Amino acid sequence: MERRTVFHHRLLPILLVAPQFLLTVFFFLWPAGEAIWSSMTRQDPFGLHSQFVGLDNFTDLFEDPLYRDSIGRTVVFMTAVSLLSMAVALLLAVFADREIRGRGIYRTLLIWPYAIAPAMAAVLWLLLLQPQIGLVGVWLNRHGIAWDYHLNGTQALTVVILASAWKQVSYNFIFFLAGLQSIPRTVTEAARLDGAKGWRRFRTITFPLLAPTTFFLIVVNLVYAAFDTFGTVQALTQGGPGKATETLVIKVYRDGVVNLDIGSSSAQSVVLMLGVVALTALQFRFLGRRSDA
Amino acid sequence: MKRRTLLTGSLALAASPVAAQAAKTPLVWWHAMTGANGEEINRIATGFNASQSAYEIQAVYKGGYADVLTAAIAAWRANQAPHLVQIFEVGTGSMLAAGPATKQVWQLAQETGVALDPALYIPGVRGYYALSDGRQASMPFNSSTAVMWYNKDAFEKAGLDPEKPPATWADTVAAARAIKAKEAASIPVTSSWLIWVQLEQFGAIHDLPFASKSNGFDGLDAELKFNGAGQAKQWQRLADMSQEGTFKYTGRDTAPDAVFYSGQAAIGFGSSAGRGDIVRNAKFRWGEALLPIDTEVNPHPINSIIGGASLWTMTARERTPAEYKGVAEFLRYIGQPEVDAHWHQTTGYVPVTFGGYEKSKADGYYQTAVGADVPIQQLARGTVTANSRGLRLGRLAEIRNILYEETEKMLQGQQTAQQTLDAGVQRGNRVLRDFQKSVGG
Amino acid sequence: MRRGPDWLAHAILGLGVLLFALPVWLVLAGSTQDSAAIARGELSLWPGADGLAAYARAWHGGAPRMLLTSLGMALLIAGGKIVISSLSAFAVAFFRFPFRQVAFWLIFLTLMLPVEVRIIPTYAVMSDFGLINSFTGLWVPLIASATATLLYRQVFVAIPDELIEAARMDGAGPLRFFWDIVVPVSAANTAALFVILFVYGWNQYLWPLLVATDPRLDTIVIGIVKMIAVETQADWAAVMATAVLALLPPVVVVVLMQRWFVSGLTEGEK
Repeated sequence: MERRTVFHHRLLPILLVAPQFLLTVFFFLWPAGEAIWSSMTRQDPFGLHSQFVGLDNFTDLFEDPLYRDSIGRTVVFMTAVSLLSMAVALLLAVFADREIRGRGIYRTLLIWPYAIAPAMAAVLWLLLLQPQIGLVGVWLNRHGIAWDYHLNGTQALTVVILASAWKQVSYNFIFFLAGLQSIPRTVTEAARLDGAKGWRRFRTITFPLLAPTTFFLIVVNLVYAAFDTFGTVQALTQGGPGKATETLVIKVYRDGVVNLDIGSSSAQSVVLMLGVVALTALQFRFLGRRSDA
Repeated sequence: MKRRTLLTGSLALAASPVAAQAAKTPLVWWHAMTGANGEEINRIATGFNASQSAYEIQAVYKGGYADVLTAAIAAWRANQAPHLVQIFEVGTGSMLAAGPATKQVWQLAQETGVALDPALYIPGVRGYYALSDGRQASMPFNSSTAVMWYNKDAFEKAGLDPEKPPATWADTVAAARAIKAKEAASIPVTSSWLIWVQLEQFGAIHDLPFASKSNGFDGLDAELKFNGAGQAKQWQRLADMSQEGTFKYTGRDTAPDAVFYSGQAAIGFGSSAGRGDIVRNAKFRWGEALLPIDTEVNPHPINSIIGGASLWTMTARERTPAEYKGVAEFLRYIGQPEVDAHWHQTTGYVPVTFGGYEKSKADGYYQTAVGADVPIQQLARGTVTANSRGLRLGRLAEIRNILYEETEKMLQGQQTAQQTLDAGVQRGNRVLRDFQKSVGG
Repeated sequence: MRRGPDWLAHAILGLGVLLFALPVWLVLAGSTQDSAAIARGELSLWPGADGLAAYARAWHGGAPRMLLTSLGMALLIAGGKIVISSLSAFAVAFFRFPFRQVAFWLIFLTLMLPVEVRIIPTYAVMSDFGLINSFTGLWVPLIASATATLLYRQVFVAIPDELIEAARMDGAGPLRFFWDIVVPVSAANTAALFVILFVYGWNQYLWPLLVATDPRLDTIVIGIVKMIAVETQADWAAVMATAVLALLPPVVVVVLMQRWFVSGLTEGEK
């Protein structure tokens, strides 16, 4: 959106933009450039020898069945977390939009979880599901169910999906509620007077009108599930057992920081960067501009 | 202006208690010890500081062994490396390729003039950390070997003789079954450091190779060989035991330690260095025994290999000769018989110097602490072969993690033991070749 | 209007509230129980007899310093981002200067690079600046992203012309204009951003984990995860007490500033 210039100073605006610009160069552009450069090298852990290998790291990645598994696993994870989180949030938002007593209190009690850190969500769920000490975990084992997410990959994936989705419900709730509240009452009233029952009304009127919100949230949730869940997964399972919960971002961390394979890790980072660019471009295409998250 | 500087100056002085100790050269030592062993480390540091007035060493716990290695490398790259760092034995290959990032012991001794005589150290212990020509690369500090800890009370309850721990794997399986049948413990057998104990040590004592080129000592082009018949048999045994409930995998590295000393497991394989924590925490009678042998694989077992860690000296751009001298003095301090013997007796790590061992004998330690000489016995058994000198492979820590991953899959029933070890060899060889190329080998 | 109470709504919403209250209640109750009992599998929903003993242990175990580190990080990130972003947005919205479009697009690019994909190379840059293991290194790299700038720009650009004319006629220079008009007009957005950024800064995990190897720089979130690292040796009641302490500040901020926060978060999206 252009507007006519208000002030004609030249130096001042440059000074005002300088801090952000400098920070962007040093902590975004330079590292991004470094990542691209490193992704084309092979280095020893100490950084003493480094050789240029072109696109070898990338071909190695995509030829590696373990990396392809990781992609598949991450897609499953992202889908499950987003779907679960959004479905629960939508359900709660629909009912919180109704004219009931204590509406404000319910809303506050459903909004505060926004403050919980992904890593804290992991700790809380550990206290519920840990096989030896968790409230539910112990109960399961005592009643004959072999529950141990340290040993069973499917159980581990379930636990991280639950913890990650749980953490995100609040955010989705806020947006769904706002979206619902922006639907004019007259529209829903008209539909009710026409004889449309609750579920039908929701399906034919409400949900379609929520489409922009829903689409926006899908993209945000996918990005959240892909990246922000690092803390949750790392705190609960560290990507294990085996590779059962190793999402792409955990793999970047493992290969780069733990195994000190800078070349491969940087290549993975570049792939992830391209993924984010694609998602963000998609979002802007359909929405015009992105709101703060 | 004058008043301000005076004020700020005196405030700064009042606020810095360090000012009083400014005379001592500070040294930083990163380590990975917790519990009883961690306290001993602090005691050693305090002892060194009290014994002289030129240097002040600060021991900092940095996490587990793998964390310490990663942190050390990252710190060196940021020119913030500590003076001394405790690196586990499997990191030796990576550290030897570190070039200017480290100062090896022989170099340190030469440059500072402080006497660090290799002859004072027990060969089986120092050999793991020496160059092929005998020069010492890093300083052995805490060397352990794998042993079998067992709960004597549980044995009795299961109808087994508490003074006769199983000597063969056939006996061990039988004992585990008895324990399970009589419900003498909730977990019959578990193992800390699963890969180290059940694969690396198993291979060494049965004279089976882990990798070619003398387990990597003779060249960077070594290839993994741990998927042979003997090791596959052991791995299948673990899988079978896990199936029938006589063996339970309770996590990686040291996580299973507490499972034994809390009384949950009747037999806990682990490091001899777990002794300190067991003494402190176990509320039952316990014993320390040799690792069981599979007589069908090899009826004449030889020595096990050391585990644990050594101390590496790291470099930094502005590090002064005085600081390096301090490091050398500290290394000499810990090699003294009293310090070495005390460390050995409190922790369960074996003495690294002849002096320490002799002093412990003279102290009558092995009479009071029954079983404390088991690790030493096991390390000295038979004649050392190319398969039992130790392992020297780059990125071995990563290979261990690969094996953990594959084994965790096996224990969930997703693959056989042979498939597990084959996958380990295949993925591990890729890592070795990567490492070889990355260090220009 | 409804005839009686909407039972279905209360039931659903009640369950929802419970879903989030349960783990928190568990942590509160558990922090008063005996750690050894918890380790044996006896964690319960009922408050225990240990009272605040675990809090004392947590306090003496280094919680205060970690809480302060987290607080410092959260406040500096929130404050830093608000200041930098509002200044940048102001410049882009009201001035014409060379490279304006370039600057805008470059800043916009940062939206597409979450910290998790830049970790290794950002770490390398940090170490070149000597910022590893420093408190500065914990927060400075995190104030660079552009989400707040875009939000502010939108708000500024929507300021009615009349206000601008009035300021012009008063002879106000750009800085006066910023301080007297722009800041007050965007106060609600600033409040919302403060909440969002405070929570963001407080809850950071990967970045402080990488940058600070010195345990004295641990944030409270990192501290808690370290406490559970070796599950067989964790002091569970103290873990829970620390968790309560870790949850309080961001929750308090969100609840107290809820209205601004919600409107600021959802505003741009409508």
